Amino acid sequence: MATTELAVHGADQGAVREPVVNNFSIQVATVNGSGSQSANTVLLRTIFQMGVPVSGKNMFPSNIAGLPTWYTIRASKKGYIARKKEIDFLVAMNPETAREDVLSLGPGAVALYDEPLKLNELRSDLIFYPVPYDKITAAVCPESKLRKLVRNMVYVGVVARLLNLDMAEVEKALRKQFAKKVKAAELNWNAAKAGYDYATSSLTKVDPFFIERMNETSGKIIIDGNSAAAIGSMFAGVTVVTWYPITPSSSLVESLIEYMKAYRIGPDGKATFAIVQAEDELAAVGMVLGAGWAGARSMTATAGPGISLMAEFAGLGYYVEIPGVIWDIQRVGPSTGLPTRTAQGDISFVARLSHGDTKHVMLIPSTPAECFTMASDAFDLAERLQTPVFVMSDLDLGMNNWMSEPFQYPEKPQQRGKVLSAEDVERLGGFSRYKDVDGDAIGYRTLPGTEHPNAAWFARGSGHNEKSQYSERPDDYANNMDRLARKFETARSMVPRPELVRNEGCEVGIIAYGTSHHALVETIDQLQTEYGVKADYLRLRAYPFTRESYEFIAGHKRVYVVDQNRDGQMMELLKLDIAVADIGKLRSVRHYNGLPIDARSVTDEIISQEGK
Amino acid sequence: MAATVTPQPKTNRIGLTVLDYRGGKTTLCAGCGHNAISERIIDAFYEMGIPPERVIKLSGIGCSSKSPAYFMGRSHSFNAVHGRMPSVATGAVLANSKIVALGISGDGDTASIGIGQFVHLMRRNLPIVYIIEDNGVYGLTKGQFSATADLGSKLKTGVINDLPAIDTCALAIMLGATFVGRSFSGDKKQLHTMLKAALSHRGTVMLDVISPCTTFNDHEGSTKSYKFVKDHEEPLHDLDFVPHFHDIAVEYDEGTSLNVTMHDGSSLRLRKLEHDYDPTNKVAAVKRLIESHEAQEVLTGVLYVNTTAPNFIDMINMTEQPLATLPESATRPSREALEECMEELR
Ligand SMILES: Cc1ncc(C[n+]2csc(CCOP(=O)(O)OP(=O)(O)O)c2C)c(N)n1
Ligand code: SF4
Ligand SMILES: [Mg+2]
Repeated sequence: MATTELAVHGADQGAVREPVVNNFSIQVATVNGSGSQSANTVLLRTIFQMGVPVSGKNMFPSNIAGLPTWYTIRASKKGYIARKKEIDFLVAMNPETAREDVLSLGPGAVALYDEPLKLNELRSDLIFYPVPYDKITAAVCPESKLRKLVRNMVYVGVVARLLNLDMAEVEKALRKQFAKKVKAAELNWNAAKAGYDYATSSLTKVDPFFIERMNETSGKIIIDGNSAAAIGSMFAGVTVVTWYPITPSSSLVESLIEYMKAYRIGPDGKATFAIVQAEDELAAVGMVLGAGWAGARSMTATAGPGISLMAEFAGLGYYVEIPGVIWDIQRVGPSTGLPTRTAQGDISFVARLSHGDTKHVMLIPSTPAECFTMASDAFDLAERLQTPVFVMSDLDLGMNNWMSEPFQYPEKPQQRGKVLSAEDVERLGGFSRYKDVDGDAIGYRTLPGTEHPNAAWFARGSGHNEKSQYSERPDDYANNMDRLARKFETARSMVPRPELVRNEGCEVGIIAYGTSHHALVETIDQLQTEYGVKADYLRLRAYPFTRESYEFIAGHKRVYVVDQNRDGQMMELLKLDIAVADIGKLRSVRHYNGLPIDARSVTDEIISQEGK
Repeated sequence: MAATVTPQPKTNRIGLTVLDYRGGKTTLCAGCGHNAISERIIDAFYEMGIPPERVIKLSGIGCSSKSPAYFMGRSHSFNAVHGRMPSVATGAVLANSKIVALGISGDGDTASIGIGQFVHLMRRNLPIVYIIEDNGVYGLTKGQFSATADLGSKLKTGVINDLPAIDTCALAIMLGATFVGRSFSGDKKQLHTMLKAALSHRGTVMLDVISPCTTFNDHEGSTKSYKFVKDHEEPLHDLDFVPHFHDIAVEYDEGTSLNVTMHDGSSLRLRKLEHDYDPTNKVAAVKRLIESHEAQEVLTGVLYVNTTAPNFIDMINMTEQPLATLPESATRPSREALEECMEELR
């Protein structure tokens, strides 16, 4: 079966080949820290500005400079934005990996290479274009120090010419990229033009790949999930932000700092927020809970290692019942090695984070737009449920650039939960912090500073009665634990419902979540068009699971659960919750090599398990 | 008509009685130094006329950290996790900078598991009164040595401590706390005065209060026993405190006394017992502390005070109204702001 819609038939350079328009992937292989990010962004934006659906994925090492990096751009007229497994067009800028990069291409792919490397000698079934980067760069950039950076913009020009990109759009994207740095913009624009001119005069196009204008991106924005989460949190009314730097979460807070400085300075010239870089994640989450207890909308952002350190406090937050929002931008396991690679690695850990009996609410965004809306949802839920809420993003979503519809202004007022004022306490003559007054297992709280002699309550871990008095009585403990379990049932009714992407009564159902979604929409099509397998698809958006998910599983014969981790963590959680009779229906599809998930791998795995 | 004279209970300047500052009944051992500290805290808050509703009590884990349940029941309280109270306190103070924060910790809670958060709290100079109820052992886990146990101090079991003590006061001074003192739970007057001065300070107050554990560390051979501390206490000065709401001119003799004007206008007068000790000199303070260890003295008094350094709240330029109670109109930017953000991304 063909892997792309229009497979390139061999590399017989004389053969007539059907053009492949707006449906291919470009990979730029470079060295970390060489400044290629700007060039890649310009390429991405140019295609976007030409109205063609596009996505960009940065696969970078845990290193500041020197190790190999790959950036993949996918143009897809059908709007598929997951990573495409096959590379159609390679820009080989890294001498260290060039050989391997070229050898791993499929037949008929294109390789743009630095002339002296003579990569064309490696294979005869590819299309090679040599580019004398040093010569071209030297001519446009007299200052030798800057050549390393400017060189990248040369390939932008060459690629623009070969793919038929509009140079006016390249210029627009480039000037946006360098914004106020006019000199840098000029230098880079000259380099791009030089690349373009070189391609015009010295290269003959023999590959089939073209970009043609479409009208699929107008009005859209390009944004990474972390910036979207930052904007979402700002509009959600966050006031206390704490963090300890860790990839891939740092950019969330760094972006938030910039936005808050721009939009959250009050009329008195003073900040309506506090952002603190804590000494570690223990302190970051401790500050979040302290602030949540005192009534602020507080949040932190971290990744797996930070989550590990937060475990003890997460349990305390659950038992004391304090709101707080924790963004987990998930990545591969422990530090050193693959900390800059994506995974859905913390699902089962976070669901039960801490000692004792704990269960946490998790929200799972798939898109930047959902990072934006879930930022508000997370605060509303945390304050209504009086509990820490985790938002489970990942590196792919958080740090890569995505097309998105612009975000909608939040119309719903902030939901601050059950908080009693001094007047309320006066009217009620007092209150019991942990008493289930309303039947939803959520008590009422007062904030420190509430000026009433009966307003205070004592926040402590496991041993307390309804009045928050110290108690080691078996019935007090058991009753409280039962109420917390009921509160989790209340949470079930409040969390975002799953999205039933397709539910047409097929035999096969697929459940996925987070960034897997983008591969899944493509997989659903591949299964149908390539194998005649029709499958329904449900996208989870939260834990605890809701009725829709149980019904979906009950309503299908075989249900594939797609996880970006080795152990099928979400499937394991589902197994704990669904009817015993349905457990046997679940089949696990797992992707865990550090790369963003791609449709082809999922399709292949499902087809193999389907026995086709 | 015969007038019945009911004696009016004594009240403070906001009309509360000392009973309004009481808490639950203590469950600590009889004679535990921590109980005495609770009493001094009650008196200090009462006398300073601080509304208990404006106070938050925070603690970690330990016998000492349980004690907030035994005073000021009208104040919100947070019994956090072991060694991590500073972060909870920091979050709470950021959320509501108008509140008076009182942190209660133990020597184990601070100097071992919590040393990381402790040093960073000191460094930020967050407005808080942070008290270590220091008994040299882990009381709640039944008497193991803590990191403030002195070199050569002996446990009941005969085990001798062979590591040097961490001096939390020296550490606090070096790291940026702006009011650092050491006292003794058995020195009623000194502790009482020091606490009142502490409540007049805006910045991190760090008080290391030696507080003997009668059950596990009050025997012969312990350097944190009542007897040892009484015998070895070396006060730097006699303390007098005149609160800002007492309109008394403080007279003092430059040669023998030092007057410190606190942030709220109160006066702390240190009548020098050690005539060349200058509590505004960091280097000298640390030097004197190191010497005290060599001499086996328990040096007490206000070791260091700095009323000019900015505190953490000053530094972050936060709006006046507590963040916790800002209305939505202040925390959700306008529609136009969102449109502007979107436009930049197009
Ligand atoms: C993470 C963690 N580790 C260990 C303990 C057990 N623990 C409880 S109290 C305590 C020591 C308390 O010592 P200190 O702070 O000096 O208080 P004291 O009881 O002496 O007043 C320890 C180790 C705990 N609660 N949490
Ligand atoms: S064990 Fe020691 S520290 Fe704990 S309450 Fe008893 S005397 Fe106090
Ligand atoms: Mg102790």
